[in-house]
Amino acid sequence: MDILGKHGVIERNATLLLSLSLVVVSIGGIVEVAPLFYFQNTIEKVEGMRPYTPLELAGRDIYIREGCYVCHSQMIRPFRDETERYGNYSLAAESMYDHPFQWGSKRTGPDLARVGGRYSNEWHVQHLSDPRALVPESIMPKYAFLASAELDYGNIAANLQANVAVGVPYTEADIANARSDVIAQAGFEANTSGLLERYAKVTTGDFDGDPMKITEMDALVAYLQMLGTLVDFTTYDAQANYR
Amino acid sequence: MDTAHYDMLRHFADSWGLLYMLAIFLTVVVMIMLPGARSRAMAAARIPLDDDHPAGGDRT
Amino acid sequence: MPGFIALAGGAFICFALAGLAADAPFRSHMAVMALVLAIGAAFVARIPERSPAEIEAEQAGYFDAPIRYGTILTVFWGCVGFLVGVIIALQLAFPDLNLAPFFNFGRMRPLHTSAVVFAFGGTALMTTSFYVVQRTCRARLFSEPLTWFVFWGYQIFIVMAATGYLLGITESREYAEPEWYVDIWLTIVWVAYLLLFLGTLIKRKEPHIYVANWFYLAFIVTIALLHVVNNLAVPVSFFGSKSYSLFAGVQDALTQWWYGHNAVGFFLTAGFLGMMYYYMPKQAERPVYSYRLSIIHFWALIFMYIWAGPHHLHYTALPDWAQTLGMVFSIMLWMPSWGGMINGLMTLRGAWDKMRTDPIIRMMVVAVAFYGMSTFEGPVMSIKSVNGLSHYTDWTIGHVHSGALGWVGMITFGAIYFMAPRLWGRKQLYSLRLVNWHFWLATVGIVIYAAVMWVSGIMQGLMWREYDADGFLVYSFAESVAALHPYYIARAFGGFLYLLGGLVMAFNIWMTIRGKVRNERPIIQPTAALQPAE
Repeated sequence: MDILGKHGVIERNATLLLSLSLVVVSIGGIVEVAPLFYFQNTIEKVEGMRPYTPLELAGRDIYIREGCYVCHSQMIRPFRDETERYGNYSLAAESMYDHPFQWGSKRTGPDLARVGGRYSNEWHVQHLSDPRALVPESIMPKYAFLASAELDYGNIAANLQANVAVGVPYTEADIANARSDVIAQAGFEANTSGLLERYAKVTTGDFDGDPMKITEMDALVAYLQMLGTLVDFTTYDAQANYR
Repeated sequence: MDTAHYDMLRHFADSWGLLYMLAIFLTVVVMIMLPGARSRAMAAARIPLDDDHPAGGDRT
Repeated sequence: MPGFIALAGGAFICFALAGLAADAPFRSHMAVMALVLAIGAAFVARIPERSPAEIEAEQAGYFDAPIRYGTILTVFWGCVGFLVGVIIALQLAFPDLNLAPFFNFGRMRPLHTSAVVFAFGGTALMTTSFYVVQRTCRARLFSEPLTWFVFWGYQIFIVMAATGYLLGITESREYAEPEWYVDIWLTIVWVAYLLLFLGTLIKRKEPHIYVANWFYLAFIVTIALLHVVNNLAVPVSFFGSKSYSLFAGVQDALTQWWYGHNAVGFFLTAGFLGMMYYYMPKQAERPVYSYRLSIIHFWALIFMYIWAGPHHLHYTALPDWAQTLGMVFSIMLWMPSWGGMINGLMTLRGAWDKMRTDPIIRMMVVAVAFYGMSTFEGPVMSIKSVNGLSHYTDWTIGHVHSGALGWVGMITFGAIYFMAPRLWGRKQLYSLRLVNWHFWLATVGIVIYAAVMWVSGIMQGLMWREYDADGFLVYSFAESVAALHPYYIARAFGGFLYLLGGLVMAFNIWMTIRGKVRNERPIIQPTAALQPAE
């Protein structure tokens, strides 16, 4: 067969067509994605980052379950209006323990990357229960049911264990104490020294204002209140981590 | 891993990787543009237009 | 009988898993699936056995039974997807329509996107690929049981994904939300699909593999690759619904949008281009404008698409070089896309009058035009400075819908109208006038939708970044939300028109299947003088 007929060979051979297309799409994918996995500088070490506490992790799972990422981003871009509105632009390192990431793609509601500490716990509970009672323009659904749903944290250690399997550095002690850490952070245990020792910058207390039980509202508010609070930007050196 | 490893991969991607893809692509373009390919392409383009019977079958 | 055993067995396994479940959502999900499969088994048990003579007569032709189911289900899922879309559009305009917890926006939105992309689009692709590969290869699908497994296995995946979303079972990866066990099921089905498609290609009687099959094959292979890599995750328990993705943060974001972008490229583009390259020549009764251009279109598209993913992550914590690479390839993509569009449109050369007389052709032409429009808008939006404004706003939503409603929807409707009379052995559709109605409802719906989202998106982006003379931000976020209210109502109206068009199609196809023909005046008196230009 002459050289002119060679594309005819491809056109006539299903397996060849298959493997050629596969090679072609793989090259693009490998070149684009693979280097990021070699390039650890992508995630520069930043002072202050720590894995989520068990209660925060449970709250994060609820955030994912309810599809909050559908309307709220967690990624502040380096624009003047965004940094003024939401705070310092997001660093790669700030999502280093996020399995999966929650950057989002749409802002039907505001960015939440640094919502932690901006409002009181009471505000969050009221806002989640009835958003329009606090923000008349809001179009957010009501999440009042979270306040009555008891948090299922019996197996929370297994969730930490699964995070370890994907590379989050929880220690043996973190996992062994996962359940009691939930209780301690939600304000049901006077002695929080173990929790505070294991996790820096932890807010403890009764998040949902209901002292009788640990609810999904407790977990979600605990998660929201820590978002973007771990890195101390008064001491953060942007030049050292220029990207 | 280390930056050297990354640089290597990146150089490879930027040079040989791109060149390889470009070469394949140009080959495809050249091959189908050469005069011999025309009649074959015309024949292939007609495939859908008379396909109402499977080979050997006689369904209308 | 094997179908009954498989479904009943599946129902039993789901029932057992519900008993073993480690968490409440998994238990509910498995209970729901057990019920669905049991109902399926009951239906299958009622199908009468065919006589050997009937089977033999069937075997002589193409294997069209699953294609008939697929046509009906495509129409059904389309209407479901559009309906959920209208509902969530109204939820944005009137938030009291959120019914917590199962029907809150956050759970309904993945239901809408998956219903349209995977249920409507996926079923359409699978169905048409079965139709096209048999006819262009002049060969019957190579295995009947495998075909049934692929077809119903995919439908089971759809039901699993949809019920899971409402129960709050999600990986939160956009357009890849189903959890790990649903992903594993899809992987099995998809590999079987690949084998089925390849097996049929290999046993073909026609020496040349027609270009539509290349697009279908690229779609099947690439989706397999993307799906597996993007869904790598570690489950908390093998009897639980929760998993944590293997990658974190930046890598995870890049993997997800490498997937997300190429799901658009290979699911919603390559697959439907396969459809275009078969059904457009068929309906126009003339070969594609340039077969050689279609080959270039194919290679250029699959070369470039896979690189463009990072344009979803401009100005984020993703490294700059990756963003720039994504942008450059996105802009280069403009060329093959428009090459393909021209190829599709020029297929009508010498037969432009069909645009007036044949509403099906008109649908296909508008589909290709929207393909051209969205593939122009896409690269524009991938330019970093444009993206700085458009990202996070409704503009993106408008862009997606001009692609999904305009391109994917319209080309699928065209294919459905083409296939329906042929699959059920009818001389013609029930009503061409209703096709015409569908065409106009859908087109007006899309135009309203896209225009409104365009305006609201740009307005939203501008309000967020507006400063007053003293250097303060002018608008609070809540004010920008309030400003969008009228646009959200208008958008819901556009979507409603599109849904209405879908219902008109469902009625038309249903009557066609029943063999009815509507007594109506022809749209334009056919002029006998016109002959194909060859």
